[in-house]
Amino acid sequence: GKNDYDLLVIGGGSGGLACAKEAAQFGRKVAVLDYVEPSPQGTKWGLGGTCVNVGCIPKKLMHQSALLGSALKDAPHYGWNIAQPVHHTWSVMAQAVQNYVKSLNWGHRVQLQDKKVKYFNMKGSFSDPHTICGLTKAGKEIFVTAENIVIATGGRPKYPTHIAGALEYGITSDDLFWLKESPGKTPLVYYSFISHLYEIIVHISLTDASQDVSLECAGFLTGIGLDTTVMMRSIPLRGFDQQMAFLVTEHMESYGTKFLKRCFPTKVEQLESKRLQVTWKNTDLGTEETESFDTVMWAVGRAPDTETLNLEAVGVKTNSETGKIIVDASEATSVPHIYAVGDITEGRPELTPTAIAAGKLLAQRLFGQSSELMDYDNVPTTVFTPLEYGCVGLSEEAAVQCYGSDNIEVYHAYYKPLEFTVAERDATQCYMKMVCLREREQRILGLHFIGPNAGEVIQGFALGIKCGATYPQLMKTIGIHPTCAEEITKLHITKRSGLDATVTGC
Amino acid sequence: QEAAKYEKKVMVLDFVTPTPLGNSWGLGGTCVNVGCIPKKLMHQAALLGQALQDSRKFGWQFTEEVQHNWMTMTESVQNYIGSLNWGYRVALREKKVTYENAYGEFVGPHTVKATNRRGVEKLYTAERFLIATGERPRYLGIPGDKEYCISSDDLFSLPYCPGKTLVVGASYVALECAGFLAGLGLDVTVMVRSILLRGFDQDMANKIGEYMEEHGINFIREFVPIKVEQIEEGTPGRLKVVAKSTTGNQIIEGEYNTVLLAIGRDACTRKIGLDKVGVKINEKTGKIPVNDEEQTNVPYIYAVGDILEDKLELTPVAIQAGRLLAQRLYAGATSKCDYVNVPTTVFTPLEYGVCGYSEETAVEKFGEENIEVYHSHFWPLEWTVPSRDNNKCYAKIICNIQDNERVIGFHVLGPNAGEVTQGFAAAIKCGLTKEQLDSTLGIHPVCAEV
Repeated sequence: GKNDYDLLVIGGGSGGLACAKEAAQFGRKVAVLDYVEPSPQGTKWGLGGTCVNVGCIPKKLMHQSALLGSALKDAPHYGWNIAQPVHHTWSVMAQAVQNYVKSLNWGHRVQLQDKKVKYFNMKGSFSDPHTICGLTKAGKEIFVTAENIVIATGGRPKYPTHIAGALEYGITSDDLFWLKESPGKTPLVYYSFISHLYEIIVHISLTDASQDVSLECAGFLTGIGLDTTVMMRSIPLRGFDQQMAFLVTEHMESYGTKFLKRCFPTKVEQLESKRLQVTWKNTDLGTEETESFDTVMWAVGRAPDTETLNLEAVGVKTNSETGKIIVDASEATSVPHIYAVGDITEGRPELTPTAIAAGKLLAQRLFGQSSELMDYDNVPTTVFTPLEYGCVGLSEEAAVQCYGSDNIEVYHAYYKPLEFTVAERDATQCYMKMVCLREREQRILGLHFIGPNAGEVIQGFALGIKCGATYPQLMKTIGIHPTCAEEITKLHITKRSGLDATVTGC
Repeated sequence: QEAAKYEKKVMVLDFVTPTPLGNSWGLGGTCVNVGCIPKKLMHQAALLGQALQDSRKFGWQFTEEVQHNWMTMTESVQNYIGSLNWGYRVALREKKVTYENAYGEFVGPHTVKATNRRGVEKLYTAERFLIATGERPRYLGIPGDKEYCISSDDLFSLPYCPGKTLVVGASYVALECAGFLAGLGLDVTVMVRSILLRGFDQDMANKIGEYMEEHGINFIREFVPIKVEQIEEGTPGRLKVVAKSTTGNQIIEGEYNTVLLAIGRDACTRKIGLDKVGVKINEKTGKIPVNDEEQTNVPYIYAVGDILEDKLELTPVAIQAGRLLAQRLYAGATSKCDYVNVPTTVFTPLEYGVCGYSEETAVEKFGEENIEVYHSHFWPLEWTVPSRDNNKCYAKIICNIQDNERVIGFHVLGPNAGEVTQGFAAAIKCGLTKEQLDSTLGIHPVCAEV
């Protein structure tokens, strides 16, 4: 054809790379443009997108560091003699994580090469409907044409620019994972997690769509021994089941994270000592307070960088409020041959697996004679807070709203993971619930689980729900003993009954 | 407990015949006292040992020398078990189930004799009986076995560190014990007569064995012990084991502090007077055949759990069968225990979760051309930073091509295999097909998304 490429993908993240590689499988000429605009603090990274560089991957690894800290506390109960004190060194962890991420960047480059996908480390924008202008770091411009274009540029953390000092002195998740030094200076961390020298405040606002990332960050920062405070204006984990959200934050509080609820910051100033002074309003008490911290991290939501894409020039419609690209069920934008996948699309979950699946299916529809559309229903997810929360399907509130509380049954249980017993760990927030339709078949609408390895637990059940699993079917499934997941197959106390839902014994 | 809910007059007789070395325990059965519970806790202790090593790579610093104290662990575990024993006593009392710590045996129709520890005998009659006496570890029948060897019945409450241990057997009990003992820092050898994990998918069994070998556990294959002698008394002492090859005349000797026998379990059905009431058992195995309602050949006598012939020896199966039986007898229910697609997990150092057919059994039943096996190695994210094995974790699903590529077998080798497998078992119960599996999104980043 007259175009340079059959498919051009702007954005080398989860969605973009999946789409490009899948298209290449069909023997198509494919190119990917990926470029990372440095954060206000100057942080940047390689190929792979948010997930690989500043999202899921480093997050889970740092979460693992925190979990290992807990393991170090459990170990003596199980007979391991570990001499006190135990220290955590940020730079050792950060370097290990960063090295791994860099190996993934490299891996992606190699994969693209193997699959004969052309890679441009350039910032893409539309020149005309079939032409993309690629800008290198040095300012050189090239023009590339393509028959089909997929926009998969994702999002970046927002800054609350209306707050004085926010941009100058605050960091975001973009920066946190790449810090060479501890956000709390040179750490000397003790088991009891008390260290007033290294304080961090993480602020979450009410519009935060990536709140889970912020609670996750606050969680692991606490776990590695840093004094961490979370400030939030209203509710945590908006959009998630609120009972579960409450249990998650309640656990974090007992774990050592401080919360400043119903507060919002008004300014950030730098003190002579280089520490940051944050001033905020407490809406409950109507007071204004200040405190100083080493680091202020903003987690107030993510937004796509659609301005620099020059979408208006080609007529791709976006949501005026969010800036996200409007797509239909086939990932098509308002311009027929231009598509979008991943975090940049309006109304989609901001998750890696959905971006990957959508990207792959799109490529299959464009070049592989497939007509399969992406199913965004019943997408399972997990929040990797110190006590993890995994879920699939509807929250209890959503189910009530959809079907009416008389038509749903909620089975629930408080349980104690076996491993917590000998370790003398508090299992107060270890809880699960299953929301089902009340009518005869009792189809499962939603499953929620808080506990260790929540992601591992929920994954298989998500599959079951995809198959239309019903409560009776789950009850017929025999449990694996001893695990936490088996408790799901034993759920039998309903909320309606008002009975004590604590699991007792075998 | 279930029967008591329906206002029936229920009695439970529980008695633990001490092990050859004199060990005994409280109410709760094998799982609670000498099975699943202590096993998983000690497995956890071993996993924590590994976590300690990993944690250094994640930035945690502490002294190089980390030692494990067997007594501290065992005491914690035993305390927890004690709380469970107590919990069961309380639960039975609350549910008004009469409990007697006495050895029960049939003496005539509808009549059982209960003998307590002091030898006092009492007779009880009942409308119906449920036999759930489970099993006990088998001994080799060689000189020195009962005098000097221990079994899983003794291991979990051993009042001293077992030291250099020889585990005889290749059952999951053998491999799990060998696994955690090695994880705690002990020198462990496993003596295997023929294959590992008989009855399990052999491809997976071999991977488990390989992993254990690569992580410092010695395997002596195709040998059986013929004699155990004591070199020195002590806690632990020193034992000499003489073994003979199964394929030739070769004889080898080895010295160990402890010899743990894990060669199988025998049903406790020979000395409970079953002949007096005419309950048929399999003479060879001692197991009791029952119909699909857990009824023996004697209409008023039922059986559940490990003693059943051709059924899985698992706690959840026993619990489910027991509960449903009581509901059928006293609550007018009709549900029978579903023994198909029962998931299980072997808690070896690299855990193995499985539900459904092994590859061999699937091939045998459906024919090689009618099944498709999808498989993949994976590298858990948590293993990357500490540079742990990158090609050992593995998952495979076996599909029946003729039935819409229905998933008939699920196998996963990796951390938290039990947690991963449970949900998949539920999905398999719902008739999961490969297509549905493909179209379900993964949670990222977890092992289960593979």
